[in-house]
Parts: sequence; structure tokens; C-alpha cells
Amino acid sequence: MPDLDAFRTEIRAWLEANCPPEMREPVRDEDDVCWGGRKFKFKNPAQKAWLDACVAKGYTVPDWPVAYGGAGLDPAQAKVWREEMNRISARPPLSSFGIWMLGPALLKFGTEEQKVHYLGQVARGEIRWCQGYSEPGSGSDLVSLQTYGEDKGDHWEVSGSKIWTSYADKADWIFCLVRTDKTNKYQGISFLLFDMASEGVSTKPILLISGNSPFCETFFDSVKVPKHQLVGELNRGWDVAKYLLGHEREMISGAGGNDRLNTIGGFCKRNGLEDPLLRAELAMFDVDALAYSAMGEKFLDEIKVGKAHPAQPNTMKYAGTELNKRRHELLMAAGGSAALEWESESSNGGGKARSWLRTKANSIEGGTSEVMLNVISKRILDLPGA
Amino acid sequence: MPLYHTEDQAMLADTARGFLADEGNIAKQLRHFRDINCKDGFGHALWKQMAELGLTGILVDEADGGLGMGHVEAGIVLEEIGRNLTPSPFLTSSVMAATALGGASADLKGRYLPGLIAGDSVFSVAIDEGPKHRPERIATRAERSGNGFKLSGSKAFVVQGGSADMLVVAARTAGDDSDNDGITLFAVPKEAAGMSLDVVRLVDSAQAAHVKFDNVQLDADAVIGDVDGGRELLNRMLNAGRIGAAAESVGVALGSFEMTTTYLKQRKQFGKLIGEFQALQHRAAHLYSELEIARAAVIKAQQLLDGGSEKAELMVSVAKAKAGKAASLAVKEGVQMHGGIGMTDEYDIGLYMKRDRALAEFMGDMYYHAERVAQLSGY
Repeated sequence: MPDLDAFRTEIRAWLEANCPPEMREPVRDEDDVCWGGRKFKFKNPAQKAWLDACVAKGYTVPDWPVAYGGAGLDPAQAKVWREEMNRISARPPLSSFGIWMLGPALLKFGTEEQKVHYLGQVARGEIRWCQGYSEPGSGSDLVSLQTYGEDKGDHWEVSGSKIWTSYADKADWIFCLVRTDKTNKYQGISFLLFDMASEGVSTKPILLISGNSPFCETFFDSVKVPKHQLVGELNRGWDVAKYLLGHEREMISGAGGNDRLNTIGGFCKRNGLEDPLLRAELAMFDVDALAYSAMGEKFLDEIKVGKAHPAQPNTMKYAGTELNKRRHELLMAAGGSAALEWESESSNGGGKARSWLRTKANSIEGGTSEVMLNVISKRILDLPGA
Repeated sequence: MPLYHTEDQAMLADTARGFLADEGNIAKQLRHFRDINCKDGFGHALWKQMAELGLTGILVDEADGGLGMGHVEAGIVLEEIGRNLTPSPFLTSSVMAATALGGASADLKGRYLPGLIAGDSVFSVAIDEGPKHRPERIATRAERSGNGFKLSGSKAFVVQGGSADMLVVAARTAGDDSDNDGITLFAVPKEAAGMSLDVVRLVDSAQAAHVKFDNVQLDADAVIGDVDGGRELLNRMLNAGRIGAAAESVGVALGSFEMTTTYLKQRKQFGKLIGEFQALQHRAAHLYSELEIARAAVIKAQQLLDGGSEKAELMVSVAKAKAGKAASLAVKEGVQMHGGIGMTDEYDIGLYMKRDRALAEFMGDMYYHAERVAQLSGY
């Protein structure tokens, strides 16, 4: 494939010229991640320069159409892009729920005006999005949600509350599931977009067992949402929601992450691993993890050309999150008492312990492992009554 | 290279699937040859048919009369062999011995490859010396003698050794048992004087031999590749065998899984289809996930091997370990979910369990390969 080779040469040269050395270091903590948005403070000039360079070429969303802020790469080119990024350990220029979740939903269900307007903002990192799905009484049974939007002619008046809204306190806009018909459970939900600065919106961070607060409670008190901010058809928001959940599950699964075949055992060895039974567990883990990284690559290759089963993101989410929990259990075991430290400088503020606790949410958020297994049973295995 | 089959590979898969389902199925092959207590444990007629399709020479260079394909293609055939539990010398002959012969002299190639391609010959490989796969340690010795070598020692788990026209034998021509260097591969014909075979039937009805070499005189032209420098070619043959066995394991797992999910949709207890019970649904879904991951690891390793990547070695071990682990789960869940009938000889599900056990050991089990993953990763 000579065209692809030429493209690879071009990308390699461009990355060499434009990806600052600081952006080729591993991400150490939350601070190192560029989330964009109105409130975002760049950690250093390199982070901003890297984002600007990518925005100019459409590389924050390489496979989106050029008209919506992407680079218009085809699947093979997008794979080359990922491989070349991985080759130099480049950090993603922009991380965002807009890219991973809202974007794919808008590409499928949005009007042309919505695509041009919102996708461009996402691609340029101007607006940070959060997701209003779960409610206090609607977790795994998401479709029972109660937040209600009353029709007021040219707008809806939205009241209710959401929970587990990731980074709601840092987000600029929300994509939100709102009940617009109380008489129809599945076909009575609409998918609305609105500004978190709107009157009547408030957020309250939730302190987690990790000691951090990545999630919030979000309250809506008669929030005015103009009608043109509806995505897809009225009362058919569940279709948008399900489609987007597929992308959320794909995101949480970690598919398409680094494929550089780094093993956890290699990491632990450098930290003085001696216990033979622990070493054996690490080796069995590394077999699973390296095999899973092949699965991630295969899944992305297949999904780009429509070969993946539509329900396969559920498999990825299930396997990826269970694996990540196991990874952190082993990192804690390998770390011993040093990994227990919660606030010391040497532990980077309890990084290991906090990350370990954070991973326990992986198999709950975005659909529990049990829900994933239900979906696989029904949609992929076609088991009766599932 | 995307991790799915090209159009040509998908066509090969269709051909192999149809052919092996029709001709290589359990009733026609495994049960038939088992029940007549066949000394070979497989059917020569099917081997001949595979040759007519070109499959016996799938890894042999086109210049030598083969199809010149790679491990992805060989794996496609092996997956179908696994799905049908087809007893066949394909893995030892067309994958492992053919890979070794790829590094042989023109003379040796001329002596052995035409018979393989025509489906007239069967080859086997003699590597293991104890009950576990430990190719790092090779004690069978070949001393220089006259214009050739004298071979002494013993080999175990020589699958289809009793039917083989030639054995590829890994022997030591220099150094200590555990040295990396000093290995030489030999093509030993079945009529070699001083070679004795004790053929035993295995749990999966395959035949394997314990082979003794008592001063077996070999000409210098029996050497495959370089004298003392055979480790690299041995590793190439081992990688071919390992990824081939992994692909066959995936086929065994998928065959077992398909049988099991079909059963979950037919069997009723407590007035319901047992597939309606969430306890079984979740286990089936977990198993599906494991099988998907194993498949991905296998195709990734096949592509890396075919591309000559330096990462291939690690990924082959990942694939062999993962495929073994997933297939083991598939057959155990298969028998359990079938309940009582899963324990009967009449039902095929138990045959999958037996085949899986033998394949798991062949060319290193998951423990061996997990250990290798650790070592290759520097810990």
C-alpha cells in the first residue's frame, strides 16, 4: 500500500515537528490530561501548543469529516495515525466526552446545523461536555428516569436531578436524558443539550472512597431549554442514548489505548518483585492483558468497516473493566505497604491506592458488568428470555 | 494490517469450513477411526482430499510446489479442524515439519516435499523428552560418526509418530543439555535402523509414540539447516506449531461453545428453557468474551509471525496461553451445562473436552507460555 506508506511518512514527520517532548511523557495524573473547555487551565505551554497544532490539522478527531473539525481520515489512515502516536508515546491532544460520546451520537442523529455548530466546538476543545444519564432512582434501570421537561411552546422547562455526572462542576454543557412523555416508558424520553450556566442548574461533588470527587449530583430547577437543542426525534431519545452508550462502553473498555505491549510484570520487577506466586499471577494477568490489547485493536479495525457485532462494545466494556480492576489489585499487592500511603509525597498523594479504589467504579459506571452480560446474552448469544 | 481476514482469506475459510464439515466431521472421522481401532487414528483418504485442495502444502513455498501462504491461512484450516475435531496429520506435517523443511537443503526438500504436497506422506516432530514441553533442554545426542551422525536418546509425545514416514528430530550435537547453541535438526526416515517406536493411544484417540534412538546411523544429508546452529530453525518450527495449536484450540472452543449455546436453547427444566436462567446466561456471556479475546490474540500473533515482526515470539506465547485457557473453560462449561448427557460417550461434547486436553499440552501449556511471557518481558 504505497499511499499508506507515504501517509505514514507524512504523519511521522508532522508529529516529529509538532509534538512537544513534554507531550511524549506518560500521563502521571489528572493534571496532565487536556480536557479543554471554557474553564480549562493549561498546565504548561507545551500542552496548549500540542492542542493548537492538532486543532489546526483536525487531528483532535482524525476520523471526523473536515467540515466538522476533523481530518477526514479513512479507517486505514486513522489506524496509521494511532500507530504513529503510540510509536512516540504521544499523549492525546484532547480528551473529551464530546469526542468519545456526544460526537458519534451527533454524527448519527444530529441535524446539519447541529453538527457544524457543536462538533466544531468539540473538535477545537472549546466546550467541555458532561453526561446527564443516571438518576438517584435510575441506575442499571436507566429507562425509569424521572427528570421531566415540560413543553412550554418554544422551549422545555426541565426539572429533576441527575447523579454520577462526571465532572459536572467543570463542564460547560450537558447532554441529558429528559422525560418528555410520562405515559410511555421507552418512547417518552428526549435527548437534550443545554448550557450548564443556564439559570436553575446547580452541581454538588460527591466524595468517593478514593478521596476524590470526579462525579457530581446535578440539580435542575425549571431550566429553560430551547427546542432547537433537541437531538434526534422527540420522545426517541432512548435510541440516541443507547447508541451513545455503546461509545461510552467502548471508551471505558480502554480499547484503542496504548498497544505498546507493556507488561505489568515488567513494571513490578523494576520495583523489586520477589514473590514467586505473585510473579505467576502477574504472568497470567499479562497473558490476559496482552490478549485483550489485541482484542481492542481487532475491535477498532472491525467497527470502522462495520464488521463488529453492534453489541460488541458491551463485550469490550465487560472484559476491559474486569481486567483493569485485576490490574490494580495486582499493583497494590506488588506495591505492598508502600502502596497503602494515602498522602505522602513519595506515593504521589496516594496515587496507587486512590487509583485502585477508582477502578472499582469501572464495572459499575456506564452499565454494570452484570448488565453487560445480560446484553451479550440477549443480543449476541440470542439466549431465550434474556 | 487490520485484524480481520482479507477477502481471499475469507474465501479460504468458507472452503475449509464447508469441506471439513462435510468430510472431516466427528461421525465420519474421529468416531469412525476410533471405533474401528485404527492404528493411525486418522484417515488417509481425507489426507489425500486435503492434498487435492492444496492444503497439505499451504505453508510450502510456491517455488517448491506449495501454496506459499502464511500462518493466518494455516490457522484458518486448523480452526475448522478444531471445530470438527478432525484427526489429521496437518499440524505436525504441513505446519511444523513443513516449516522445518523450509530451512532445508534443496536435496531434502526434493526428497520430502512432493510426498507431503501429494498427501502421500505423513511427517511428525520429535522434540519433547519428558511429560512436559521443555525444548530449552535437549538431551538426545547426535555424535559425529563417519560421514554422518549417530543418534541416541529418547523422545516423548511424538504425535502420529507411528504413522510418520519421517520424523523431524531435535538433537544435541554440541554442548550441555540446557545450552541454547549446539542443536541440530535431523530428518529421520521411518526405516532408520536402531529407531524403535512404542505407539500409545491418547485420551483424544490420537496416536502418539515414545521413540528410542539406539545409535541410529544418519548420513550428513539428513541434517535440516545448520549443524549446531539449529536453535533458530527449531524456534521457527515451534512458533509455527504453537500458533497452529492455538488456532486449533480456538476451533475446538468455538465448536464446543456452539453446541452448548444450542443446547441452552433446547433443553427444558422447571418448565423453562435452561438458557433462560441468568446463572447460565452470565457464564455463557463470560465465556463468549474470553473466546473473542483468544481469537484476537491468535490472529494478531499469526499476522506478526507472517510479517516477521520481532514481537511475534511474545504474542505467540500470549496466544497459545490465552487460547488454551479459553478453550479449557469452553469445554468444561460445555460438559457442565449439558448436565448428565455431557458425561455420556454418545454425546460429542465430551470429545471436545478430550481434544482440548491434548491440544493444551501440545507445544507447551498455558503455564509454560505464561512463564515465557514473563521471561520475554524481562521478569
